[in-house]
Amino acid sequence: MPQRISLDCHRLLCPMPVIRVQDQVAQMQAGDEVEAVCTDPGALNDIPAWCRINGHQVVETREQEDEYFIVVRVGETG
Amino acid sequence: MRASRYHRDDFSMTKQRKALALISGGLDSLLAAKVVMEQGVHVEGVNFFTGFCVEGHTHAIRKKDKQKPKRNNALWSAETLGIKLHILDIVEEYKDVVFNPRHGYGAHLNPCLDCKIFMVQKAREWIEANDFDFVITGEVIGQRPKSQRKDTMPVVQRESGIEDRLLRPLCAKNLPETLPEREGWVNREQLHDFSGRTRKPQMNLAKAYGFEDYAQPAGGCCFLTDEQYSVKLADLWQARGEKQYEMDDIMLLKVGRHIRPAPHFKVIVSREEGEGKFMQGYRKQYPHLKTTSHGGPLALIDGTPTEKDIELAARLVARYSQGKQADRVELEFTDLQGNTRALSVVPLPAHEVARDWIL
Repeated sequence: MPQRISLDCHRLLCPMPVIRVQDQVAQMQAGDEVEAVCTDPGALNDIPAWCRINGHQVVETREQEDEYFIVVRVGETG
Repeated sequence: MRASRYHRDDFSMTKQRKALALISGGLDSLLAAKVVMEQGVHVEGVNFFTGFCVEGHTHAIRKKDKQKPKRNNALWSAETLGIKLHILDIVEEYKDVVFNPRHGYGAHLNPCLDCKIFMVQKAREWIEANDFDFVITGEVIGQRPKSQRKDTMPVVQRESGIEDRLLRPLCAKNLPETLPEREGWVNREQLHDFSGRTRKPQMNLAKAYGFEDYAQPAGGCCFLTDEQYSVKLADLWQARGEKQYEMDDIMLLKVGRHIRPAPHFKVIVSREEGEGKFMQGYRKQYPHLKTTSHGGPLALIDGTPTEKDIELAARLVARYSQGKQADRVELEFTDLQGNTRALSVVPLPAHEVARDWIL
């Protein structure tokens, strides 16, 4: 059963949200998902860029009242 | 001898060699990695987050930069190269480099040579843990006055413990042969002999590789090379009586006007809306002031202010508000327990703000 983890990245400026996602993904299995909740809009670019080069997939991004939600699905090659 | 040589060459031809490239996000590290990739070596990148990285932070904070396209240049470099990038958080370990640089500081509080040694040492530890063969940097002899000199390059190799497993592809021909060259993992003839502060050879090589949108050379990628930032950090250490900082401290040094009317407290006044919004995240950690009768900045107070100091801080904040010409400005003060009270003050005139208060 794939797991889904929420990561609190409030107030963290890039690249810290990327590092948090990277470290969380390293502990997860392919198919698991991690949702980063960020306040730095830079995360909207940086987390997807990190996913593209490391073989993971961004399955959802949304913005809600100055918060940015980015959902990453762990890839096979991670 | 001959037999072992053949054996070694045979081995080096069959095993896929792997290198870890230090990727700063600048052009030199991008090119250095590419030069080695072109020789068939498997390259992955590493980027170190020290907390002082200029990359992204101020753009993220300041509203005036909101319209600029945001991009992390290290990630962009890795994506351009098509390689993995490992971003390592070294904030805690890096403190010792900042507090006690064995080779001293540069023009400001930048411990450039110790920083390079530390990063190469971390890269060495990474390749040893991950079965990689060598490390690549984008260093060029003479490019930087402190850390990229011919006499300091062996120091980096020796003190990081990497020795001859460090390849600097952009200036390798000016340096002694390294292990990857001796073993034939890379062909020395296809490496470069760049030197000095000129950027032309790098720009020509970038053009040859078709790299166009790379980060432009700027004043460095580290806040510690910035004079004003270093002044504020030195002030922080002096006020606290020791060389120490936390992540929040070094983030706040990047925003606002820092005004220290007395050794035991300082006021951080936001300069525009983006900074004010960012500083709102610190309201639970610092007593703070906000104007209520006029538009104005948010101000955090760091230290142990007395009642009189709080009034002075309020007058300072009023000075930077839209009510600076008004007879009185109303403010709300909130202490660390979240208790609020109203203040009414006369804005501080310019001549009462001592020049040495402004950090």
